[in-house]
Amino acid sequence: MLDLELDEQYQDLVNLVRDFAQQVVAPQSAANDANKSFPYDIVKQMGELGLFGLPISEEYGGSGGDYFHLALALEELGKVDQSVAITLEAGVSLGAMPLYRFGSQEQKLTWLPELAAGEKLAGFGLTEPGAGSDASAALTRARLDAGEWVIDGGKEFITNSGTDITSLVTVTAVTGLDEATGGKQISAIILPSGTPGFTVAPAYDKVGWRASDTHALHFDGARVPQENLLGEQGRGYSYFLEILDEGRIAIAALATGAAQGCLDEAVAYAKTRTTFGTPIGKNQGISFMLARMATRVHLARLAYYAAAAKMLAGKDFKVEAAHAKLVGSEAAMDNARDATQIFGGYGFMNETLVARHYRDSKILEIGEGTTQVQQLLIARSLGL
Amino acid sequence: MKIAVLIKQVPDTEEGRHLTSDGRADRDASDRVIDEITERALEAALKQKDADKSVEITVVTMGPAAANEALRKALSMGADKAVHVQDDALAGSDALATARALAQALSGLQADLIVAGNESTDGRGGVVPAMIAELLNLPFLGPLGTLEVSGGIVRGSRADASGTTALRASTPAVISVAEAMGEARFPKFKGILAAKRKPVAVQGAAELGLGAADHAAGNLVLASAARPARTAGVKIIDEGQAAQELAAYLAAEKLI
Ligand SMILES: Cc1cc2nc3c(=O)[nH]c(=O)nc-3n(C[C@H](O)[C@H](O)[C@H](O)COP(=O)(O)OP(=O)(O)OC[C@H]3O[C@@H](n4cnc5c(N)ncnc54)[C@H](O)[C@@H]3O)c2cc1C
Repeated sequence: MLDLELDEQYQDLVNLVRDFAQQVVAPQSAANDANKSFPYDIVKQMGELGLFGLPISEEYGGSGGDYFHLALALEELGKVDQSVAITLEAGVSLGAMPLYRFGSQEQKLTWLPELAAGEKLAGFGLTEPGAGSDASAALTRARLDAGEWVIDGGKEFITNSGTDITSLVTVTAVTGLDEATGGKQISAIILPSGTPGFTVAPAYDKVGWRASDTHALHFDGARVPQENLLGEQGRGYSYFLEILDEGRIAIAALATGAAQGCLDEAVAYAKTRTTFGTPIGKNQGISFMLARMATRVHLARLAYYAAAAKMLAGKDFKVEAAHAKLVGSEAAMDNARDATQIFGGYGFMNETLVARHYRDSKILEIGEGTTQVQQLLIARSLGL
Repeated sequence: MKIAVLIKQVPDTEEGRHLTSDGRADRDASDRVIDEITERALEAALKQKDADKSVEITVVTMGPAAANEALRKALSMGADKAVHVQDDALAGSDALATARALAQALSGLQADLIVAGNESTDGRGGVVPAMIAELLNLPFLGPLGTLEVSGGIVRGSRADASGTTALRASTPAVISVAEAMGEARFPKFKGILAAKRKPVAVQGAAELGLGAADHAAGNLVLASAARPARTAGVKIIDEGQAAQELAAYLAAEKLI
């Protein structure tokens, strides 16, 4: 019953993405990070390989794989370049999946083929200046007027929302009061890029994930057809929470890759760097640190495999996904800190991969539900 | 047009080479990968298929059961079918015995073009492609850096220290490719899924009509040894004469 060996099809994908990450992505990573340049050519190639369509069926231009394929690809990319990995993660699990899971047949046929091919990107607009962990505090509003939604408000920190190839952002907006509860009714609406009244603020100056695309968005009477409502009116908030549940498996896989990348770099360095006539890895002070790092990677991987297994089996995986996101992001951050320590002064230089992981990994403990939010979810499952 | 491509699985040399106690390549000491030069051979064939969809590519390998990983990768890159020559009796075959077995497998395929890498990264003999051509009584061109096939003629260029030679032959023919042929493509995810449905024929020595005499080694290895550790290189300190010394060194090594 318990079998953690990858079957051929998964393993072949891992091999493919590993080769691609090492041969195509890694040589560009440091420069893209330094220049904050979005890796358009890499996105295009990932599209051609079929990575943007991994969990999407062929009917909508996808590759016909599953969510675990996506997670495995993210682990491999996360080892060498978190900016590239998050661009794929946000592109698929946050950008395309809301349409794939909740869109009408027409919406899917309109938007998904280009997204699944990596020719276009979509954003997921939930967070607002005053609503992050508590996304229900959203203030962005949408009202119906002459068969159109008129959207006012704004979003904060939206990934892939301002690239040259961004086709849309799915935004949550308050569309009225919920009759049953008297609370806010939140809906999800497809907002195409270039809609008048929809402006994309200049890119942030981020500590990490510097080659990825993140913007604040402003909506000032932006009008879209009534048919751009995603799914049912008033269900937007719960749709987005569902998307975040599965997204946690993807983020956990990315984080596992980052943690593994730090371990690989640090092991290689500890074998070759000598002080006092011996390689530094011969000191238990270093080798035990590396052993601990290896354990973290192992546990992070088991956690996201387990969550994915439940998801693919059609079982409730929410809590497992929260565990995986929690241990994965902590493994990445802890391993980045230890790897940097093992690299000494070189680990503080931006050109080294471990320095990049040090800056990149922190956001893993913040985005798509902070560490505290994961703990909140887990505590709730304990009846607290 | 039918193209057969010879594929070989080798130990990953990025991790260094290892020998077993009896002096053979230790295939368990490293990861197994498809030999890059045979990937380039496949790429040359795939380019023909890109230009003409009717081209049918069969990849052929001889090796243990695990070599099917290399075939699977080749199929995921776009080859149509595979032949796996696999038999314990063939383990440890030398170049001639290998060529005999492969020639036998190839003779059933009626290929217009047989494409191989010029030399494998593990054996480095570089003789198998020409031996196969001889056994099949076909012309041999190689190692080629370019390839063009049209109207029953195969053309290519071979670069060496003295210049570039343009070669051609009528098909069917055997060619080997050099590094210059260009990097191989990555498989696409859909190719990975499709590879599972493509046929892989496994053939043993008996099915190929090979007798003990065919796979008897034609040569005898008396001894083999691991490569000695690298020694320090030449260091030239520039006191105004470095350029001359450097040039003299390169000339002595026949590098210029
Ligand atoms: C690079 C980047 C990319 C992003 N991409 C996207 C995107 O594509 N789409 C999108 O919608 N959002 C995106 N985000 C936003 C991200 O999801 C939020 O920043 C995150 O959810 C945290 O929200 P916040 O920043 O408002 O922090 P807050 O919610 O204000 O939290 C502040 C601190 O308080 C803690 N906290 C909050 N509530 C509790 C509680 N009840 N108990 C204990 N502790 C608590 C938090 O854990 C945190 O430590 C992105 C952010 C970044 C930085």
